[in-house]
Amino acid sequence: MTQHDTFPIEVSGLVKTFGRTRALDGLDLTVRAGEVHGFLGPNGSGKSTTIRILLGLLRADGGTARLLGGDPWKDATRLHRRLAYVPGDVTLWPNLSGGEIIDLLGRLRGGLDRRRRDELLERFELDPKKKGRAYSKGNRQKVGLVAALASNVEMLILDEPTSGLDPLMEEVFQQCIREERDRGRTVLLSSHILSEVEALCDRVTIIRKGRTVETGALADLRHLTRTSIDAELAAAPDGLSDLPAVHDLRVDGHRVRCEVDTADLDEVLRLLTSLGVRSLTSRPPTLEELFLRHYQDEMPQAVTR
Amino acid sequence: MSAGKGAGRRADRAAPGHALVGTGALIRLILRRDRFILPIWVLLIAVMPATFVSSFRELYPTDADRLRWAATSGTNPTFLALYGPLHGTDVGALAAQRAGFLPVIVGLICAFTVIRHTRAEEEAGRRELLGATVLGRGAPLAAALAVAMAASLALGALTAAGMIAQDVSVAGAVAFGLQLAMAGCVFAAVAGVAAQLTEGSRAARGIATAVLGAAFVVRMAADVGGQGNGLQWLSWLSPLGWGTRLAPFGDERWWVLLLGAALTAVLVAAAGTLSGRRDVAAGILPPTLGAAEAPAYLSGPVGLAWRLHSRPLYGWLAGFAALGVVYGGVADGADDLVKDNPDLEEIMARLGGQTSILDAYFASSMTIVGLIAAGYAVSAALRMRAEETSLHAEPVLATAVGRVRWSCAHLLFALLGPALGLAVAGAATGLTHGLISGDAGDWLPRITGAAMAQLPAVWLVTAVAVALFGLAPRLTGAIWGVFGAVALITLFGPALRLNQWVQDVSPFTHIPKLPGNEVSAAPLVWLAAIAAVAAAAGLGGFRRRDLSLG
Repeated sequence: MTQHDTFPIEVSGLVKTFGRTRALDGLDLTVRAGEVHGFLGPNGSGKSTTIRILLGLLRADGGTARLLGGDPWKDATRLHRRLAYVPGDVTLWPNLSGGEIIDLLGRLRGGLDRRRRDELLERFELDPKKKGRAYSKGNRQKVGLVAALASNVEMLILDEPTSGLDPLMEEVFQQCIREERDRGRTVLLSSHILSEVEALCDRVTIIRKGRTVETGALADLRHLTRTSIDAELAAAPDGLSDLPAVHDLRVDGHRVRCEVDTADLDEVLRLLTSLGVRSLTSRPPTLEELFLRHYQDEMPQAVTR
Repeated sequence: MSAGKGAGRRADRAAPGHALVGTGALIRLILRRDRFILPIWVLLIAVMPATFVSSFRELYPTDADRLRWAATSGTNPTFLALYGPLHGTDVGALAAQRAGFLPVIVGLICAFTVIRHTRAEEEAGRRELLGATVLGRGAPLAAALAVAMAASLALGALTAAGMIAQDVSVAGAVAFGLQLAMAGCVFAAVAGVAAQLTEGSRAARGIATAVLGAAFVVRMAADVGGQGNGLQWLSWLSPLGWGTRLAPFGDERWWVLLLGAALTAVLVAAAGTLSGRRDVAAGILPPTLGAAEAPAYLSGPVGLAWRLHSRPLYGWLAGFAALGVVYGGVADGADDLVKDNPDLEEIMARLGGQTSILDAYFASSMTIVGLIAAGYAVSAALRMRAEETSLHAEPVLATAVGRVRWSCAHLLFALLGPALGLAVAGAATGLTHGLISGDAGDWLPRITGAAMAQLPAVWLVTAVAVALFGLAPRLTGAIWGVFGAVALITLFGPALRLNQWVQDVSPFTHIPKLPGNEVSAAPLVWLAAIAAVAAAAGLGGFRRRDLSLG
């Protein structure tokens, strides 16, 4: 097995500037073969720019990017045969029908699975006869999705693909992505819909202001953050506030609520049990909390409480 | 400010769904968006009739000169068909006839303005954004009509003022100004109705243009036979015909304006009713559906380019054919025209460089055809930039299609489309003149060849557009400036005796004046070679640069 079979996307130290704006500032991203990789970040953090560099639409100013073992800029057309891309804002030619656009994009990529195309049209409830100008935002997105999912490719690059889809269609989309993973296709899914990423992704990369701030398996990342504890104790919680792993401690008689560094959960629980536990709820961190922690300093005060 | 606020206050008191709430605010929005283009076209058109007055006065200073003109060119069937009847023999009448194509242009601009601010806005979804604010459902239509009609009336007033300043009859000048204003108002209202009918703005524009075209054809049929012909009553069926019946600088029939006002009122009422009966973004006519699957040819960049370029191509070819028929048809008239006037003969010869008047006429006509072909070439080449900035190119270039292949598919149309256009225009000119003069076998190849000789110059303009697109994408639009400069130098350079090096800037200066001159291949080859280098540089630049993805 060669290197690119294991890592179809390898980006390190990527830099891209637009005039004075530094859109990417040393970004790293590694996607493993066969995984669904979540690419998270707020608007303007550089997700689309990274993807467009990977597609050879923009040229990096620094760092390295490898896509399917090739150079995304020099080998663009050769690499594009092996992937399908759905932009965040699918714009359609006003005088071409949705069906024509799906077929055209599929053919330009080098082939389309007709059966899958028809099946996807049905599942997404998309009328292929409408002209491009007649589709709503969600339906335009569906045209892009059907064209990508029905293409015979080994990799999907999806840039916020579900913007404008209703919850039912979001569910159809998630099923489709699971099927893609089961077929062994690699998926790079840029998103800011955390529930979607939580439901679909094996690993995630979180970026901020053009830099990678966190990357890894979702399970591993959870260890990096805090678990919420809500406990009713037999005695007053003396000594709890001395533990460095305990944050945001609120004591109300014998009841305590706090946030605990997940890595030091053992130590905190030992102290609690030594005091006598009447009831205990602990909640693992959601991706949302993970995400918010990285952006806390950008958020207004009220939210960070 | 006051108009919008006033409307809002009224709405608070009256029914909340008042149809015209917010019209004032929308008028300001339209004026803001059109703050450059609106004054430019109004002024440009308003200046023309006054310019015609002064040039006619210069060319035909005496009554005798003008009488001769009236007896020959002024009543030549082709002139009558194109410009309408001549209502008198003073310079005002001559200028008004010569400016007889302006009502068509004013009508077209007003129609497009209305559709741009109504149906096109709905299609883009911006109307929806505004519709959710305090805005009556009739407001966008009312605002667009108000702006177009106010611009028409302003144009009429400025035109009249410009002509009066040239010392012609005040009544005639006012009547001609009102003729233009009437055309603008009527066709703005026509477009108001068309905008209610279809979901797409392109189709709405098509309907409005077709109505205008029909009105022009009817007017033409009525006037081509001259005074007292059996078909003259036809002009009462065409709003453009009413303009000629108004008879500026003749016995002005002011009451004809009432016809225009009445038709405008009826159409505005109809548009308002239709607009009130339909949903936002929907049309009265059902939208057309496309194919569920792509045809076999739509499988590569050329197939896609064909879908994007074919309709404009057909339109341009029809235009080139029509232009050719006109040029071929007026050729004898041009001969008359020059016979009357030795000064004009000299100007013509300076433009064309020939001794035969007819050859000089055809050569200058083909230069103009070449310039128009260059305009088409530029618009076709700019399609690439539009595809890029509208993000249509992004998904295509993320497939196995490389940038050069994608560009070449568009260039195919930007290079061969104008070539086809020149061939059609040349053939139509040669054939029409040949059929009239009874020597089609000679004129057809002669004029077609003369038209095709323009091609290297056209290609050079295209290539400059490609170079800008590839090397300085943000400046791609500047190609229209380049085109304008080339057109001005080509059209007025020789007459103004501009410095030779200035004239040499225009590639058309280097095209041999055909027919009637020696053909030298060298300049043609040079122009084509420079074009090839510029286009290659542009493609190279496009391959190396970032896409503009907003």
